[in-house]
Amino acid sequence: MKNGWEAVIGLEIHAQLNTETKIFCGCSTRFGDEPNANTCPVCLGLPGALPVLNWRAVELGARAALALGLQLNERSIFARKNYFYPDLPKGYQISQYDRPFSERGTLEIMTAARDEGGHARDWRPMTIRITRLHLEEDAGKNVHEGLPETDRYSYIDLNRAGTPLAEIVTEPDFRTSWEAYDYVNHVRRALQWVGASEADMEKGNLRCEANVSVRRVGSEKFGTKVELKNLNSVRFMQKAIEFEIERQINLIEAGGAVTQETRLWDDRAGETRVMRSKEEAHDYRYFPEPDLQPLVLTSDFIARVHDEMPELPEARRKRFMYEYGLSYNDAAQLTSEHTLADYYERAAQTSGNPRGAANWIRTELLRELETDGRTAAESPVAAEELGALVRLIDEAKISGKQGKDVLVEMFKSGKTAAVIIEEQGLAQVSDAGEIERLVGEVLAANPKQLEQYRAGKTGLMGFFVGQVMKASQGKANPKLVNEVLSEKLKA
Amino acid sequence: MNTIERIKERRASGVSVREVVEPAVNAAESLNETLNAFLQIDRAGATKRAAELDASGETAGALAGVPVAIKDNICVRGLQTSCGSHILGNYHAPYDATVVERINQAGAVIIGKTNCDEFAMGSSNENSAFGVVRNPWDTARVPGGSSGGSAAAVAARIVPVALGSDTGGSVRQPAALCGVVGVKPTYGRVSRYGLVAFGSSLDQVGVLAANVRDAATVLSVIAGRDAHDATTADVPVPDYASELTGEIKGARLGVSRALLGEGLDAEVRASIEAAIEAYRELGAEIVEVDLPTAPYAIAVYYIIATAEASSNLARYDGVRYGFRAEESENLRAMYRRTREAGFGPEVKRRIMLGTYVLSSGYYDAYYLKAQKVRALIKDDFRRAFETCDAIITPTAPTTAFMIGEKVDDPLAMYLNDIYTVTANLAGVPGISIPCGLSNAGLPIGLQLLGPHWSEAILLRLAHAYEQAHPIDARPPVCAASD
Ligand SMILES: [Zn+2]
Repeated sequence: MKNGWEAVIGLEIHAQLNTETKIFCGCSTRFGDEPNANTCPVCLGLPGALPVLNWRAVELGARAALALGLQLNERSIFARKNYFYPDLPKGYQISQYDRPFSERGTLEIMTAARDEGGHARDWRPMTIRITRLHLEEDAGKNVHEGLPETDRYSYIDLNRAGTPLAEIVTEPDFRTSWEAYDYVNHVRRALQWVGASEADMEKGNLRCEANVSVRRVGSEKFGTKVELKNLNSVRFMQKAIEFEIERQINLIEAGGAVTQETRLWDDRAGETRVMRSKEEAHDYRYFPEPDLQPLVLTSDFIARVHDEMPELPEARRKRFMYEYGLSYNDAAQLTSEHTLADYYERAAQTSGNPRGAANWIRTELLRELETDGRTAAESPVAAEELGALVRLIDEAKISGKQGKDVLVEMFKSGKTAAVIIEEQGLAQVSDAGEIERLVGEVLAANPKQLEQYRAGKTGLMGFFVGQVMKASQGKANPKLVNEVLSEKLKA
Repeated sequence: MNTIERIKERRASGVSVREVVEPAVNAAESLNETLNAFLQIDRAGATKRAAELDASGETAGALAGVPVAIKDNICVRGLQTSCGSHILGNYHAPYDATVVERINQAGAVIIGKTNCDEFAMGSSNENSAFGVVRNPWDTARVPGGSSGGSAAAVAARIVPVALGSDTGGSVRQPAALCGVVGVKPTYGRVSRYGLVAFGSSLDQVGVLAANVRDAATVLSVIAGRDAHDATTADVPVPDYASELTGEIKGARLGVSRALLGEGLDAEVRASIEAAIEAYRELGAEIVEVDLPTAPYAIAVYYIIATAEASSNLARYDGVRYGFRAEESENLRAMYRRTREAGFGPEVKRRIMLGTYVLSSGYYDAYYLKAQKVRALIKDDFRRAFETCDAIITPTAPTTAFMIGEKVDDPLAMYLNDIYTVTANLAGVPGISIPCGLSNAGLPIGLQLLGPHWSEAILLRLAHAYEQAHPIDARPPVCAASD
């Protein structure tokens, strides 16, 4: 950002809640069905139809709110947001207005500046104030392509109409596009973590809008804000904000003024474009939805949601450090995804060596997974099998070096470590008698070196170890070989 | 006169459903030329249904074989639901309203859809896009509204009972003007699922019937919680008809002298005074009640009802169903032209009013203030019902007026609802019953209002009066012959 300027950014996220059925009727929320297959009188807005609240959406909304550090309101009110659009069947959206579902959140995220290559430098914690999270229904979709006579007609698919959404609004707490980027990724992970939303921007079940303004550093007053839409990925959002900040600064420095308006990101052109100005802004005429009772959350309900919540990433990271003795970095990496953290805990338990399991997952398993483009949940090596491998190494059945080859083989073949060790005859010789026999043979075969060693040339220790290992075809337990050799050479 | 009881007796003596239903359909058709009470008469459907019921031999249902008419803003699968509006024109509902499902379950035979003011907005039926309904007692006069078609169909003895809807008096006022019984239940007593919304926080499906017993029977059938309507309450539904004991000794009946003053027709006042005396003679105790906020009810009502209507009627945009103005140059033009041609003047007036009172900058001064006064009105009633079991008032300030008499004066028209809107604002039940004829031979109605869920008491009070003062046995001038 140019010297002397500061950007002020607030974000609005719409996350589709992961319910089987819509928020006010029993229709399926399945994605990709025939247009208008998942509709009924309620979500079609037929005369006389009435909404009935789906409590599963409330549960998931509550999970989302708690995962983002918001306070649940015991009593919230649905409101009608009135506007005309063909994909909005009732002519109003059932949303929440002055009495939202949850408010006053504070969320700690990790953020970092990026270098030229886009690599993060110096992660630091940052606290974001989340104004509110409320529940609402999604609209349908207008279709302008791929159907007959699209020059004369538009088509409407109402499968998505009535899908439950959580709208999450922040205070204008971001100062850079990367802070916004890191926040959205944090929210995505948190929503996925608690099972509230798939939070996949490509599928459209997480959508993002940004309010951007600029001001001189030190100024208390906010500049005129511009609303950015059509941000179809987190990266698009970051690029759009970056572009917009520069556009506004240049505009003001050239003696112009920012207009309050809505702009769309055009990724191909790499710029934002005006969609509508403030004069055309809607008056939504919100009023309480008379067809629905106030939404009351009993203390029993809230307690149950708390109980059913999976442990949050932050809490789990702390527990991994405390319970398994992991470093901050190890624990943070292993709790970056719900499935990875689950994988780790299972592996740690089977291995009996939590730190060892952490090392093997971080250095070996994740590399293999990344090569294949898989997640921990999709690993061909089950967590228990990885734990067993770690245990075999700890028990000195095979060496750590062999372990790496065994893991690669486990990945390829899907066989267990024990089977591979057996098949390839890799088991280490840890039988003291057998090793003593090998040592005896090696010493007998190399009398000259033995003499030199005893004369003080102790550097030959490595030579003897190598010979014993060679004689054992690499299977001898090196630690044991060392012990036996030291013993014999002294004699 | 055809009543549910009489139909049951006739069925018991071997008369078939077809023999009950066919004359009803015939009467509906022949009288419709004069009354215009029906927008659709479903001869084929009713005949088929009667045959099915006859074949099954089922007689147990509370409404077994009873012909019923349904106001055209209540969805009946396969029949039109025009709401008296061009904008829904040829719209046919693909599903049954919960009340329709329930009366069908009880054995009723739906013979058609009745005319009404467009989207239930009106007090005279003159706002129907399909012509005014005529009052069977004097066909130059209005039947009241908005359930004028249902009231006329019952008054003309075509059907013993009909369903209507009551947002500000739309069941009770036409009942009074047509000389029949009209019940507006407690808000939440009857499901609104399938009732086309006008003012969602005020709307309730109601019953029009030839007598109190029939109204009670139908109410027991349609009342009760519905999983499709979140505003219905889980309150047990009594067998209302069995509550009609005729015994009302000790009941405390509230009278507000303020409500019997200015603006009330002298004949109507005299009739209500006589009814109060009649109740005293039946053993009721008459107590004075005060409803200080009543004068604000009309203003509050026309803010809240129009606000909700402006939003409820947004869905009629020509996009998915109903009327669409073709060949519009763009989306905005399609909306504008569709709604311009599709809605009548009163509906447009109310959409504009409602849009205005919800607009940014006016919301607090109108909508929010109206909600506050509404809370005071509820309080008034709560206090009043601490000292009485029911309040007696006129249903309407006058008897049926001439067609065209008030069409150019919306305010005068709105004042017709002065006695009825308070019940909708407070959510309490009300019933209108005939209490005599004017010198001109026009029916006068009295209204009883009670606390929430007091339908049984109201019906018992109404029934006791009806037993003691049977209405003139003369049929109206325009009626089906028995
Ligand atoms: Zn649906």
